[in-house]
Amino acid sequence: MTDAPVLEVDDVAKTYDVSAPLLQRLFRQQQRTLLTALDGVDLELRRGEILALVGESGSGKSTLANILVGSLPATRGQVVQDGSAIPARRDKELSRRIQMVFQDPYSSLNPRLTVRAMLSELLRVHDIVPRSEVRKECLRLVSLVGLDEDALDAYPGQFSGGQRQRIAIARALAVRPDVLIADEPVSALDVSVQATILELFASLRDELGLTILFIAHNLAVVQHLCQRVAVMYLGRIVEVAGTDEIFANPRHPYTRALIASIPRMGDTSGAADLVPEGEPPSPYDLPTGCRYHPRCPFAEAQCRELDPSLRPLSESAGRVHLSACLRASDLPESP
Amino acid sequence: MIMTETDLHVLEPDPSDRTLLLEINDLRVGLRRGRTETTIVDGVSFDVDPRTRFGIVGESGSGKSMTLRAIAGLLPGGTEVLSGSIRYRGTDLVTAKPSVRRGLMGPEIAMIFQEPMTALNPVRPVGDQIAEGPRRHLGLSKKEGRALALEMMGHTGIPDPVRRVRAYPHELSGGLRQRVMIAMALACRPKLLLCDEPTTALDVTVQHQVLDMLESLCAEVGAALVFVTHDLAVVNKTCSDLAVMYAGRIVESGRTSEVLANPRHPYTRGLLDSAPDFDQPGRALVPIPGLPPSIANRPPGCAFAPRCSRAVAECDSAAPILTTSTDHRTVACFRAEASGSEISA
Repeated sequence: MTDAPVLEVDDVAKTYDVSAPLLQRLFRQQQRTLLTALDGVDLELRRGEILALVGESGSGKSTLANILVGSLPATRGQVVQDGSAIPARRDKELSRRIQMVFQDPYSSLNPRLTVRAMLSELLRVHDIVPRSEVRKECLRLVSLVGLDEDALDAYPGQFSGGQRQRIAIARALAVRPDVLIADEPVSALDVSVQATILELFASLRDELGLTILFIAHNLAVVQHLCQRVAVMYLGRIVEVAGTDEIFANPRHPYTRALIASIPRMGDTSGAADLVPEGEPPSPYDLPTGCRYHPRCPFAEAQCRELDPSLRPLSESAGRVHLSACLRASDLPESP
Repeated sequence: MIMTETDLHVLEPDPSDRTLLLEINDLRVGLRRGRTETTIVDGVSFDVDPRTRFGIVGESGSGKSMTLRAIAGLLPGGTEVLSGSIRYRGTDLVTAKPSVRRGLMGPEIAMIFQEPMTALNPVRPVGDQIAEGPRRHLGLSKKEGRALALEMMGHTGIPDPVRRVRAYPHELSGGLRQRVMIAMALACRPKLLLCDEPTTALDVTVQHQVLDMLESLCAEVGAALVFVTHDLAVVNKTCSDLAVMYAGRIVESGRTSEVLANPRHPYTRGLLDSAPDFDQPGRALVPIPGLPPSIANRPPGCAFAPRCSRAVAECDSAAPILTTSTDHRTVACFRAEASGSEISA
């Protein structure tokens, strides 16, 4: 793993204008209403790592993924790849470099295309290999994701969920991307199948040196697969650290709450008091100060006024531990 | 607004009532086309005592949801109970008249679904939906129904129920909608609550809160739980007993803590080994090879044999019967003893 980031997210924000129509606003003297889905996100993705992005629904994980692959424009900020900013409109070459695997393999594959048709179309459009080698390349791709040659002439409907997810991965890899964005790729799969897909991601990283942004809500899966973890809450990144570090020494109360909420296989008691009360506040009406303070058991007077930014706490083995908590260094030891 | 202690105890069942609440015997559910039967649930038997929490675990297609739906009488079109009995306090629900069954659903048996957005009526305020059951079955007036809806919403931890009672389902978050479903299901104080993956669509933090609330509210109301899920960790948190289903059959059952600590059936062990465990970070995952058999084409012997590393010739020819050993563990596997001893060794 080199330290040069392959992808940098620089102060990216996304707001949606959800105001009533102009005339209605004038008539009722309403203000514009803005929904902030992402509010100044900074993130680095290093070559050859799997970075996990975790958080509750509505925290902006998928919005960020959509901005990274270029299916949504950012309102502010930029995405930098290998040192140069990606323009708002991407050409074929730029869109090739970041690819996505979706959560639901049942709706993300065209049911009327065989696997071969799906892959060869991509290979031709993007000129990945000479035309004469398209057949060979298709075969290489399906074997890369652990499927047989027979799979090439079958339709998605003939496969199980796990196999479809393999096809979706083969499709993303067909154009030889630098970065793969995987949005909850295993949460629609059964446990026994999930394990084989996780192994596939790990082998893609180890053998091809692929960089993967892995969006997930299952922290046990994250702990198993990823090198670093970024935790999102209400459109902000609140903590980033190496996987071992973040689970052993979480320095944001929200991260602690997430860890305490994991259903465990062992003893189920303990740490229950860290599970947050209530639900995330509405993104239409964000709290002042730290966004987590209404649910935080450690909140003080300053948390209601100051909006903390993501600051470095410590560094170990080249991995910086960042936390956006005013009390990050004086939080009690985690249980 | 919040129900007092005494109010709750008035409606509680007599704790000395020790008769079996639910008794399922050799239940078979499937499709019937002329003379051919396709079996989805194949000879499932289990008992649920009053006020206990029973979990059914399995992967998609194992028949766990179909078993639950058969109890609720909500089997999808085309499928039916082929044979066997579902006795609720002595009444066989399979042969009962529809009117008897309708009388039971609500005040005696209630169900919670996975996706509250599709299970709730989108064009009625949630308060009216919570009050519907009690008004129909307990004969409450409109005003009393509204009051009960407010109480139940308070009990399920919905903040600001006075405002939310008029809300429509789309105005609530996923967690609040699931709380509304639970309030609806428990409004008539049923003795049996059927839950089909009630927290799968929720975030982890919300899942934790909802499971805690469900557990304590069921204890207050005196309802037994039958809890279907694919997540072993959720069963570990919620249920005292569990049954593991594979290809339409129960392959192992017993006390949750014992089964999960020391699984006897190779499939149960496979499930545990293939899921990452947060408390054992370094452990390698061992996927179960192959795929579950399709419903129409189940092997004649043990359905798990083609994927099982311990299978012997016997496993391909005859289906093992669910047997209870001297230490009260129930397993359907010819090689169960062997796998059990190997694990403890």
